[in-house]
Amino acid sequence: MPIFTFREPGWTPFREMESLQRRMSRLFEETFGPGAVPWRHGVYPLVNISEDHDYLYVRAELPGINPQELEITVHEGNLILRGERKIPAEEKNVNYHRRERESGYFRRVVSLPTRVNPDKVDAAYKDGILTVKLAKPEEIKPRLIKVKSA
Amino acid sequence: MTEKELKPKAKEEVPAKVERVRPGRVFLPAVDIFETPEALTLVADMPGVPNDKVTLDIKDNHLIISGEITPPLAAGETLLLQEYHTGDYQREFHLGSIIDQTRIEASMKDGVLRLLLPKAEKAKPRKIEVKVG
Repeated sequence: MPIFTFREPGWTPFREMESLQRRMSRLFEETFGPGAVPWRHGVYPLVNISEDHDYLYVRAELPGINPQELEITVHEGNLILRGERKIPAEEKNVNYHRRERESGYFRRVVSLPTRVNPDKVDAAYKDGILTVKLAKPEEIKPRLIKVKSA
Repeated sequence: MTEKELKPKAKEEVPAKVERVRPGRVFLPAVDIFETPEALTLVADMPGVPNDKVTLDIKDNHLIISGEITPPLAAGETLLLQEYHTGDYQREFHLGSIIDQTRIEASMKDGVLRLLLPKAEKAKPRKIEVKVG
């Protein structure tokens, strides 16, 4: 049961906030150059989204996880990534000099910038990078319009 | 123990000392380093680095690990949203003890480098008994 109801279909507070943040970050990047502002999103894992003619790609850096334990869901224009990063305990007699790698669980909702076909989603894990490839539906793919000469 | 939610961390860039030939940014990988009486173990997160693109450079007790990533975008892709930056990894360490270079073991899996650096004989701790005179 949704707590709020809004007239616009597909509206979620997440989507509105993410789109606002995206626009803000674009404004900063245009003003100060790319990479000037460190992205503060607050939810692990951070993602990069790219596209080509047919697909949308969502990538996340998840080194050393078991890809079998990842739970990837596409739901109403959102991509949901859930999983856990485990760092097995070392032997008892070790002494740590540095401990910067972290373990824990994650649950991230990524609102997708375009519509996707939920039946055509592929996920691959290579060298610690998760790539989710989402097919765009035919009707939103860019089409070349030829001008007819009369 | 694992009931902790992960928080994203911004990658830290390597302070530039020398200009590099390869373009792009360089980041410090997050590492765990731990020690047993026999060896030092170093585990580093280097997502995006394939197994054959890791280099180790050890001189005396100075260790440099570096990894080159594969280009994050395939040809024809345009970036729509960037939350994390991509780049190569490099980090230098002064090892506290002398390492037996002939017995170093390195493995790379799923973007995680694991290095076993066995200590040389003379560097192993010895228990010193105090004689009661």
